[in-house]
Amino acid sequence: MTFSWTRVGAILRKELRDYRRNRFVIFSMSALPLLFIVLTMIQLFTIKVSSSPRLNDRIGISMLYLLIIPTMVPSALTAYSVVGEREQGTLEPVLITPIRREEFLVGKALAAFAPTLVIAYTLFGVFLGAAELFAQPAVVSAIFERSHVLVQLLYTPLLAGWSIWMGIGISARSTDVRAAQQLAVFASLPPLGLVALLSFNVIPASVGLALGLAAGLLVVDGFGWRAVAALFDRERLITGGRA
Amino acid sequence: MATGPHGSQPDAALVVEHLTKRFGERTAYEDVSFEVGYGEVFGFLGPNGAGKTTMVRTLGTLLAPTSGSARIAGIPLAFETGAAIRGRISIMPESPGLYLRLTVEENLECFAGLYELRDVRERVATALRAVNLTDRARDPCGSLSKGLRQRVALARALLNDPAVLFLDEPTSGLDPVAARDVHALIGGLRDRGVTIFLTTHRLEEAERLCHRVAILNTTLLLIGRPDELRERLFTQALDVRTRTPLPDPGGVFAGLAGVSGWEQPTPGSYVLHVADPDAAAPAVARALVGAGADILSIVESVHSLEDVYLQLVAEDAEAQR
Ligand SMILES: Nc1ncnc2c1ncn2[C@@H]1O[C@H](COP(=O)(O)OP(=O)(O)O)[C@@H](O)[C@H]1O
Ligand SMILES: [Mg+2]
Repeated sequence: MTFSWTRVGAILRKELRDYRRNRFVIFSMSALPLLFIVLTMIQLFTIKVSSSPRLNDRIGISMLYLLIIPTMVPSALTAYSVVGEREQGTLEPVLITPIRREEFLVGKALAAFAPTLVIAYTLFGVFLGAAELFAQPAVVSAIFERSHVLVQLLYTPLLAGWSIWMGIGISARSTDVRAAQQLAVFASLPPLGLVALLSFNVIPASVGLALGLAAGLLVVDGFGWRAVAALFDRERLITGGRA
Repeated sequence: MATGPHGSQPDAALVVEHLTKRFGERTAYEDVSFEVGYGEVFGFLGPNGAGKTTMVRTLGTLLAPTSGSARIAGIPLAFETGAAIRGRISIMPESPGLYLRLTVEENLECFAGLYELRDVRERVATALRAVNLTDRARDPCGSLSKGLRQRVALARALLNDPAVLFLDEPTSGLDPVAARDVHALIGGLRDRGVTIFLTTHRLEEAERLCHRVAILNTTLLLIGRPDELRERLFTQALDVRTRTPLPDPGGVFAGLAGVSGWEQPTPGSYVLHVADPDAAAPAVARALVGAGADILSIVESVHSLEDVYLQLVAEDAEAQR
C-alpha cells in the first residue's frame, strides 16, 4: 500500500466543503483575522516618525500581530479535526476504508494549511496596500527597506505548520473538543513567542538566528506528520479511550 | 452451505477460529468460531453487550483480537493486512456517521475517493439507486430522517462492491416503516448474492433475512438455520384451550397415547408434549370430548426464534450464576 494522494484529496475536499457551511469555522476564519488586521492597522497609523529610532520596533510589533493569524487560525481548525469527528461519529466510517493514518492526517493538515495561507497572505497584502496608500512615507520605506516583508512571508507558513501539527496531535489524543481547542491554542504559541522575543530585541535579532529558527520550524513542519501519526492509534480512537 | 469451524471451505467469505477479545479485565467475546460462505446472509444475534459490535470491529480490522485467528475474504487477519482487508469489505456501523453539512452525494463522493474508485460519478449514482435515494442526492444529510440517513450509510457501504458487507444493527432506532424499507433493501442484496454479516438483537429480523444465525452472548451459544434452531431446542407440542378449566386435567391427559407430558400455563390452557402432533391430536380431542370439556382449539405450537433465543439466553445467564 503506497501513499495515496487520491485519498488525501478526498479528505481535503470534504473538509473544505464542510468549512464553508460551518458557522464556527467561518467565524474563526474571519473574526480573528479581522481583529488582528485592525490592531495592526492601528499600530501602523499611530506611528510617529519623529521617534525614529523606535520606528523599526513599532513596525516589527505591528507585523507581529499579523503573524498571530497563521498561528491561531489553524489551531482552531485542527484541534477539532480528530476528536471532533470522533464525537460526531464520523471517524469510524473513515477508518473502515483502506485509508492510512498518514493520508488522513496529511489531508486534515492541508485542509487547515490552505485556507490559513490564503487568509494570512491576503491580509498581509491588504496591510501593505493600506500602508502604501495611507501611512507616512518614512514608515512605508522602513517596511520595505528592512527584512520585514521577508520575515512575514517566510514565517506565515512555518508558524501555521507548527500549529497545525500541534493541533492535530492534541486532537488525536483528546477526548473532548473544548479541552483540545484550549490546549492547541497554547501549544501553538511557543514559536510565535520566539519571533516576538526577536522583534522586541529581547533576543538580539540577527539574520542567522531568524534563519535558524525558520530552519527548525521547517524540520518540525516537514516531519510533524510522523510524530502525529505515532499519536494516532486506531484502536484507541474507536474504543473512545476506554481501553 | 456446509459449515462448522472444522473442515473449512477454502473459499469461505469469513473463517473465524477461537477468536477472543478482551478489554482489560472485561471480555467482549470469547472463543468464537464460525464460517460464512460467499452469498450467505449470516445473522449474529445477541442481547446488548453480547459482543456483536466488537466482533464486527475486529473483523473490520479496527480492533486487534486478543487471541484466535480469522480470514476475511480470503485474507488472514493481521496488522499488515488491515488496509487490504478494509479495501475488500465494508461496514455499516450502528450509527450512520454522515457528514451532516455535506449533501448525500458529497458524502458518497468522499468515500469513493477513499476507496480510490475510478468512475466516481457512476459508482455514486449506482449506490444511490440501490437504496432508492437518487432524488435526495443533493440534500444535505442533516436534513434527512433517521431512516434515510441509514440508507445513505448503506449506499456508502455498497460503493466499493464489498466481498463481505457488515451491517451492525441496521434497523436499531428506526420506526417500523423505515425498518421495513431497510429490510427490503437487505432482502434485495441477499437476492443479488451479496455476502452479508448482520448483527441484531431483533429476532424477527434475523429470522426474516438470514440463511443462518449464530446466537452469541459473549460466547457462541448456537449456530444454524433458523428453522433448525427452533427444532433443535423445542420438543413438539400441542396447545389446547378449553372454555372452562378441566376439573382433572391429569386424569384426561395422563396415559394418552403419544403424549409424554403436559403443563398448564394458565387455567384452561394446556401444553402437551408429543412426538408427532398430527398423530396425537385426534386422540387428545376424543379424550377431551369424553371428559365433557368444551374445546376451543387444539393447535400445534409454533416456536419462533424468539423463544429459542430467550430460552438460550436465560439458560446462559443461569449457567453463569
Ligand atoms: N472500548 C471498550 N472498553 C471496555 N469494554 C468495552 C469496550 N467496548 C465494548 N466493551 C464491552 O464489551 C462488551 C461487548 O460490547 P459490544 O460489542 O458493544 O456489544 P453489542 O454490540 O453486542 O451490544 C460489553 O460488555 C461492553 O461493555
Ligand atoms: Mg452493538
